[in-house]
Amino acid sequence: MTFLQKVAASILCAIFALMVLATFLLPAHYARQFRDIPNAGPSSGHPLGTDPLGRDFLARLLYGTRVSLLLAPAAALLSTLIAAVLGSVAGLLGGWFERIVLAATDLSLALPWLFLLLVVRAMLPLDVPPLVSVVIAFLMMGLLGWQASVRLICTAARGVRDSDFLLLARSSGCKPARLLVRHVAPNLRPLFYAQFFISIPLFILTEANLSILGLGVMEPMPSWGNLMRGFEDFSTLSANPWRLVPLVLLVIVVMCFQLVLPSQEVAQ
Amino acid sequence: MRRVSVVLALILVLCWPVSASAESAVQSGGELHFCLRGEPKTFNPLLVEEDASETIRYLTGGVLIRLNRQTQALEPGLAVSWKVSADGRSIRFHLRTGLHFSDGTPFTSEDVAYTMKALMDPQLHSPTGDSFRSGEGQVAVRTPSADSVIVTFPAPVAGLERLFDQVAILSAHSPNKEMAVLGPFYVAHYTPGSSVLLRRSTNYWKKDKEGKPLPYLDSIRLDIQRNRDIELLRFRRGEIHLINVLDAEYFDRLQKEMPAVAHDAGTGLDSEFMWFNQVPTAPLVESKKAWFRSTEFRKAISMAINRADLSRIVFGGHAQPAFGPVSPASHFWFNSSLPVPQYDSAAALRLLSQAGFHLEGDTLRDSSGNRVEFTVITNSGNRSREQMVAMIQQDLSQIGVKVNLVTLDFPSLIERITRTYDYEACLLGLVNTDLDPNSQMNVWLSSAENHQWNPKQSKPATAWEAELDRLMRAQASTTSDKKRKADWDRVQQIIFEQQPFIYLVNKNAMSAVSPAVIGSAPSVLDPHAFWNVEVLRLGPDPALGAQK
Repeated sequence: MTFLQKVAASILCAIFALMVLATFLLPAHYARQFRDIPNAGPSSGHPLGTDPLGRDFLARLLYGTRVSLLLAPAAALLSTLIAAVLGSVAGLLGGWFERIVLAATDLSLALPWLFLLLVVRAMLPLDVPPLVSVVIAFLMMGLLGWQASVRLICTAARGVRDSDFLLLARSSGCKPARLLVRHVAPNLRPLFYAQFFISIPLFILTEANLSILGLGVMEPMPSWGNLMRGFEDFSTLSANPWRLVPLVLLVIVVMCFQLVLPSQEVAQ
Repeated sequence: MRRVSVVLALILVLCWPVSASAESAVQSGGELHFCLRGEPKTFNPLLVEEDASETIRYLTGGVLIRLNRQTQALEPGLAVSWKVSADGRSIRFHLRTGLHFSDGTPFTSEDVAYTMKALMDPQLHSPTGDSFRSGEGQVAVRTPSADSVIVTFPAPVAGLERLFDQVAILSAHSPNKEMAVLGPFYVAHYTPGSSVLLRRSTNYWKKDKEGKPLPYLDSIRLDIQRNRDIELLRFRRGEIHLINVLDAEYFDRLQKEMPAVAHDAGTGLDSEFMWFNQVPTAPLVESKKAWFRSTEFRKAISMAINRADLSRIVFGGHAQPAFGPVSPASHFWFNSSLPVPQYDSAAALRLLSQAGFHLEGDTLRDSSGNRVEFTVITNSGNRSREQMVAMIQQDLSQIGVKVNLVTLDFPSLIERITRTYDYEACLLGLVNTDLDPNSQMNVWLSSAENHQWNPKQSKPATAWEAELDRLMRAQASTTSDKKRKADWDRVQQIIFEQQPFIYLVNKNAMSAVSPAVIGSAPSVLDPHAFWNVEVLRLGPDPALGAQK
């Protein structure tokens, strides 16, 4: 681990620690409205001020971090798992199965994912608590975000398929499932990691985009995305620069996730 | 570009005669610039449905009677005078003589007859014509002379004169059809997706007090711009002269930077409200249907919402708490005798307990022990509505009610509230441009599509809805303003008592007008910023640079 990687990992750990301890550190719940002091500046009671409804901005930031940083990796894990299974099997088996998987991938890449998310969101039941709706939103992202990874993994698996060690394993009578689990998957593991870490910031940004459109995490629950909706008002932003903290945090986390990857995995 | 305009402005200022007074710097001519927020769908004034076409109709159309947007009084337009018959079925106009359309075609009573026939033609499906349809039968138009017209309707039409403010007269003989107009401007050029250029009609009949022909402006350029941020940016840069409708958020932004240009005309006609789904066939659990049908429940929810906070926080004080379907801005029709309810969560709880609800810890439960929780839907991307729901969440949590918010894209939302009825509560707004109670017939009649809480009823589901039907029909069939006012006051009272719509706020009418525009007097009625376009003129603008 290089020095830079250690720094990135430490920052991520610190952010995770703050996120977990938010409940004990904060004086107010993220949804509580101090209606006498909307849009207030930093003070001892509210270190990052309050939002337009008078809610403590630091509380919303830390709870929003919890939402974004817990659910984005979960969605990334789901999409990477789907991509790993489909890509590895397609690459290993080749032939008609590979063609079907790649055709399905191309088809879903061609779909406008934003509209797909809008349609799926509109079809969901309405009487669900905010937390469940957040989980559903990230679940949808995970289920719809595997296509690019499939192509990469399939290409890599195809390379492994023609390798000498796999030929040897086949000639020894190794069955396809065992070939996949014991020989192909371990060789593709760095790629899986890379895809997982690359997907995390992607899903955080997707949630941010959805929230800016008013379709992400619902009120009163905070997320980095809906905190960044305040950026629409540039004049307020220039007068209250501390409102940029969610963006700064997002940039730091995305950078740290990229840095923390071993260089050989990035190279893959 | 701005630097060039500033230099030109300086040259103009330096070349100006030293003796020129400030008043003489204000002159006729020039091109007024502002934005349409959508593509005009039609230039035919009889087919106008949306804002962009309405703006063009207002600026180009000549009408027999004009509603003064500031005094809310009717003023003579192409008609010098008019008289409604005692039975309210017919109206006689005495027309101005010697007028010509923008293309030079003479204006006579034949044009009015032609317009009325086209307006009432069922094949045309004119939305403006729908307001005149009072009963079965044909509309008869007689032209006893070139300067008088008598229009007779099959049944009395309530508020008949006022409806003519929307009827732009077409030429019966002009080869230019609807492009020949009697208003202050005519459409000179239209570039789809880009702009509409209106030029001054030299045949316009109106003159100022000194006898100078109106309008003062040479032309108006309407840029088609859907994005409100870009519209605001262009206004800040001095590229456009006015913004007709401003949201509270944009208003505050502008007021901070340029206080002189932001105008708040006071409480407007637009309202924000929420309602509960009372459709009997809605796919909701029976316990929730029972809550939503309970008058006490709806009244308690209404009492527990702090409207003053909504106005102050979400709209930055540019809105007033609303309690009924008529804004106080409508001086004549507003029922001022209704009490102004106060935010009172304790009283709300008492009302709920009378209706069989009870508090268990922090949770309100109904008589069967079900937790009181519902989801409010609203359209996505509307920040003020999301903020209103967030505040309502906290207000109602005081009485143990849990509120969830779901935002949906507009087509999905419309699908749910008009077809599938798969929702519990909805928060939306109503843009109201007409003061007359008839404009709300499509909301309050139980058979109406916009009777949102339980639309398209074959017969009224409740006694009070039957009473609403009776009163709305009664006010629509009489010509006595006093009787209509009495009926409409009673309608407002029933709505106040039953709370089928829980009115939240009336938004203020806000607009932005550049200091370069002289004569502007923003009003609460639409069009707010250019209702008196005939007398608007451009002068040098110290803040934005010379616009001429």
